[in-house]
Amino acid sequence: MGFGVRLFYYGDIPEEKGGGKTDAKASGHDWPLWEIFIRSKQGLDHKHVGSLHATDAQMAIENARDVYTRRMEGVSIWVVESKYITASNPEEAGELYEPAIDKVYRHPTFYILPDEVNHM
Amino acid sequence: MSVQELEKIFQQRIDEETKIEPKDWMPDAYRKTNIRQISQHAHSEIVGMLPEGNWISRAPSLKRKAILIAKVQDEAGHGLYLYSAAETLGMSREEMINDLHSGKAKYSSIFNYPTLTWADMGAIGWLVDGAAIMNQVMLTRTSYGPYARAMVRICKEESFHQRQGFEALLVLSQGTKEQKEMCQDAINRWWWPSLMMFGPKDSESTNSDQSMKWKIKRKSNDELRQNFVDMIAEQVKVLGMTLPDPELKWNAKTKHYDFGEINWDEFWNVVKGNGPCNKQRLDARRKAWEEGEWVREAAAAYVDKRSKKLKIA
Repeated sequence: MGFGVRLFYYGDIPEEKGGGKTDAKASGHDWPLWEIFIRSKQGLDHKHVGSLHATDAQMAIENARDVYTRRMEGVSIWVVESKYITASNPEEAGELYEPAIDKVYRHPTFYILPDEVNHM
Repeated sequence: MSVQELEKIFQQRIDEETKIEPKDWMPDAYRKTNIRQISQHAHSEIVGMLPEGNWISRAPSLKRKAILIAKVQDEAGHGLYLYSAAETLGMSREEMINDLHSGKAKYSSIFNYPTLTWADMGAIGWLVDGAAIMNQVMLTRTSYGPYARAMVRICKEESFHQRQGFEALLVLSQGTKEQKEMCQDAINRWWWPSLMMFGPKDSESTNSDQSMKWKIKRKSNDELRQNFVDMIAEQVKVLGMTLPDPELKWNAKTKHYDFGEINWDEFWNVVKGNGPCNKQRLDARRKAWEEGEWVREAAAAYVDKRSKKLKIA
């Protein structure tokens, strides 16, 4: 970055422009974070929609109702405290998913059949 | 792998339009820029409730009151989606709220203007939300996954905000002489601040912009502003009103509307905290936070008590 006027966009005002006061640090008072899953209609899977803070599971469901289903987006809500979710590591993506690439015979398109039965 | 190599792979992924997700490696500056931008965006939604909250108890009919409550509730929701997205980058909610209340974090300057009449509710929906939508539609394609997903959800809801605003003005524009004047007055006051929402002119920058390279942003301020002017200049005709800019004129060569110069002194003044309502807005936020203290305490005490009961049982 040079010394010119810095371009910024709506929603991205540089900190140095403001007359900010003190650095406020977090002291760990946040309520636990919950991941929210919503079933949009009967017959479909619950799908992750986002997260929110709540003191317990009941409050998480009540808040999820207000935050994520204001327009009938769901018929069922799951909440899971975020700390209980274990995620795979993106750096291990190679080892995890690559072996599948050379197993093309797992896909139906691998098999060339005569025209008569080709819609099998 | 060295940082240079990681940065190269990162940029390749951006160039290939692969979204970046929370656990992926990212340059510190990318993380910081996103935290700043997403949290500012969240703060804007939260502070944005205040100018409208002013009119909930004074809405002219039960219908308008219900609409306004729904809109303000959406804005609270939008703030929450965005805070969650910013938290995936490692900043706590409490820290963000503290930064807003201390004045360290910024929010959109537009909310530092007062809402003087009922027509302002219409003008905010049509002009302010209209300008925000221009930016937000672009951001549904931003490179950071959680931000993009939050924006998709927000854009779905935002269109109601703009339409209800235009409709509220339409009703006034077909009303009595006083109602028509009120409508025009609100447009006059909100037009220029709405144009300022897009930020400084592109020509004021001497830097190549990193946000564009990282595809956090995909359109320049001037591009977005021009799209907005072209849209509003047509829509205002339907209202039978005018925009307060004598230089506004269709340019057949560029196929765009030409428009007058923005008052940039005013713009920077409001950004720096000297707008008509900067102090009032922050005071209102702090008051809400302080007066909500007992609710937060009660909720914590309740869950504590219940978990003890569960253990005994």
